[in-house]
Amino acid sequence: MNWMPAFPELVLAICGLIILVVGAFLKKTESFVPVSALTIAALVGTAFLVCGSADGVGLGHLFINDNFARFLKLLILTGGILATVVAMGYVREGGDLPFETPVLMLFSTLGAMLMASSGNLITLFVGLELSSLSIYILCAIERERLKAAEAGLKYFILGSLASGLLLYGISLVYGYAGTMEYPALTSILMASGLLPVGLVIGIVFIIVGLAFKLSAVPFHMWTPDVYQGAPTPVTAFMAGAPKFAAFALLIRIMAGPFGMLAPRWQLLLVVISALSMLFGSLAAIPQTDIKRLMAYSSIGHMGYAMMGLASASGAGIRGTLVYLSAYLVMNAGVFAGIAAMRRQGHEVTKIRDLAGLGQTNPAMALTMTVFMFSMIGVPPMAGFFGKFMVFAAAWNAGLTGLLIVGGVSALIGAYYYLRVVKIMYFDAPEGSFDRPAPSLTFVSASMGVATVLYVVGLGVITSAADAAASALIG
Amino acid sequence: MTQIVFYVFAAVLLLSATMVISARNPVHSVLFLILAFFNAAGLFLIAGAEFLSMLLVIVYVGAVAVLFLFVVMMLDIDFTKMREGLQRYAPFGAAVGAVLFAELVMAFLHWHQAPVRVMPITGGLGQPGGPHTNTAALGNIIYTHYLLPFQACGLVLLVAMIGAITLTLRERPTGRRQLIDRQHARRREDTLEMLTLPLGNSVVDNGGFRRPDTYYGTAVPGSWGVPEGEGGKVVKAVPAEGDHA
Repeated sequence: MNWMPAFPELVLAICGLIILVVGAFLKKTESFVPVSALTIAALVGTAFLVCGSADGVGLGHLFINDNFARFLKLLILTGGILATVVAMGYVREGGDLPFETPVLMLFSTLGAMLMASSGNLITLFVGLELSSLSIYILCAIERERLKAAEAGLKYFILGSLASGLLLYGISLVYGYAGTMEYPALTSILMASGLLPVGLVIGIVFIIVGLAFKLSAVPFHMWTPDVYQGAPTPVTAFMAGAPKFAAFALLIRIMAGPFGMLAPRWQLLLVVISALSMLFGSLAAIPQTDIKRLMAYSSIGHMGYAMMGLASASGAGIRGTLVYLSAYLVMNAGVFAGIAAMRRQGHEVTKIRDLAGLGQTNPAMALTMTVFMFSMIGVPPMAGFFGKFMVFAAAWNAGLTGLLIVGGVSALIGAYYYLRVVKIMYFDAPEGSFDRPAPSLTFVSASMGVATVLYVVGLGVITSAADAAASALIG
Repeated sequence: MTQIVFYVFAAVLLLSATMVISARNPVHSVLFLILAFFNAAGLFLIAGAEFLSMLLVIVYVGAVAVLFLFVVMMLDIDFTKMREGLQRYAPFGAAVGAVLFAELVMAFLHWHQAPVRVMPITGGLGQPGGPHTNTAALGNIIYTHYLLPFQACGLVLLVAMIGAITLTLRERPTGRRQLIDRQHARRREDTLEMLTLPLGNSVVDNGGFRRPDTYYGTAVPGSWGVPEGEGGKVVKAVPAEGDHA
């Protein structure tokens, strides 16, 4: 049994257990900061281990480590680290989170990493459950707040339903193909050449289950309520790591075992992508709460990212990966900004609370503006390159309809992003925010710089994404 | 014949599963659930997976007991009323029992051990000298072949436990906790004060029950005679009226 490819995951799991025990022995009031610091250290250490981890298939075809898995694991870990830093800032500003928060984030990250390098549908499912279950708990962790409890319960019930669908799809695939291992699935599908209806239904159910985790339309209903209700650091986490993991799975399954069925599933992904983009931008317009706005925005972003996969080519996968990396950067920055929105120690989340931020806190307004422009896709911000690559891939794949929908929804999206900028600079201030915690300032400043100077790292990221895509497609 | 048994089990399973969600009485639902579990176990049995079938019965009997408890606790069912309807339910229960019994007989008649059937699924199981019984094959699959998901499932359960604790544990400030070190440090003088009372006077006449002064300094707030939140303030249980003799 070759377990070396899974070495980073093993280390992270053991670190998680140790950190949990450390947290339990510390005093309740002062356990959050050391536990968070340890969690960040464990995640950073794991990121280094991932960089140097061995390629190959381990643990009896259950676990695959390749360039693709490594790329996504780094994205997932970065998302986890940034969310934990935001959580530290949130608590410092008076938010009430127990020490289990960073530990659960760690376990959720671990589940997401397992998903990213699953070599078997069972690993996929267990990783997904580990990742989701932690997030259900995280959503409701401020249990005194009614909205948080509502968010947790809603996400739990709908998420369980989606897991059930996914499992049903897996069982259908297993029933018709007789195996759950990706390489074996590939060879069986190749050899038989025919495609039973049950298998197609199974694949559709798997796509549906994953699309739910991605909050892609029409499986997005939970997103706004959960994003709004969950504590801001948790929302920041949810919008990052699990989405990357769900994308990792979707890409790995669609490009791997079901790769030769691309003409069959392509239309499904095109429809999901187009609906997500359109709905994400249209439904965001009437929103008054910034967290709800970001929820619709993330629905739209998932649509764009899926555009690359829908074009079913190596360039498309590369585009999706670059898009996700850009999304990670700007998303973490925006949520650090939202976590800093506090007046007299109370969190405010209305968009009009940002009014006059250009006068009261010019630095924060500037970084938020950078993120908004990046989300629109204005060059030379990070978002532009992601959008450019997925649009180019869709163009090369001849998906003109999808391109038009993407262009139109990008224009509509520009309206609501620019409205936030307009409110920050041209509306009269209603009072200033509290001084943000240093960690929040750090995250939003560093992510702002990363968004603006994304072009510097573009070469590295693109070649890494290229290597990742070629690990799958060959 | 085995096919007929299969269809009987499958039909009863589907029927009882439908009844679980359509029965109006929650107790009926639970009973149908048990019937459904037994039928699923029967299906396993005729497929030659006797270990799984026994596991299903053993595990789910426990689970159903818990579910029953939940039904009792969470739903507002008047059980005295229910007991009145015992005669009404008796034929129903007897019917479920009869079906179960008939099925058990059928299942045992058609139970054959078939470890060969699980072989094609797993690599390495078909090797000569490999595990041959059903249970050993399952053990090999779960603990060797699927070690990673098995351990990950352990983490899932751990997370569920963390969640259950964080979401429900409430630290009540009024909780009386045993402080063992303080108990050990207690001396007789701290708790007991010898008073010489004049003949014919009761304790009440002498200012009521009271504890030695040292008690009030060390007692946990909220304890007897010490108000919530502020320790060390003497409150006499029986306020003295008039002068202390």
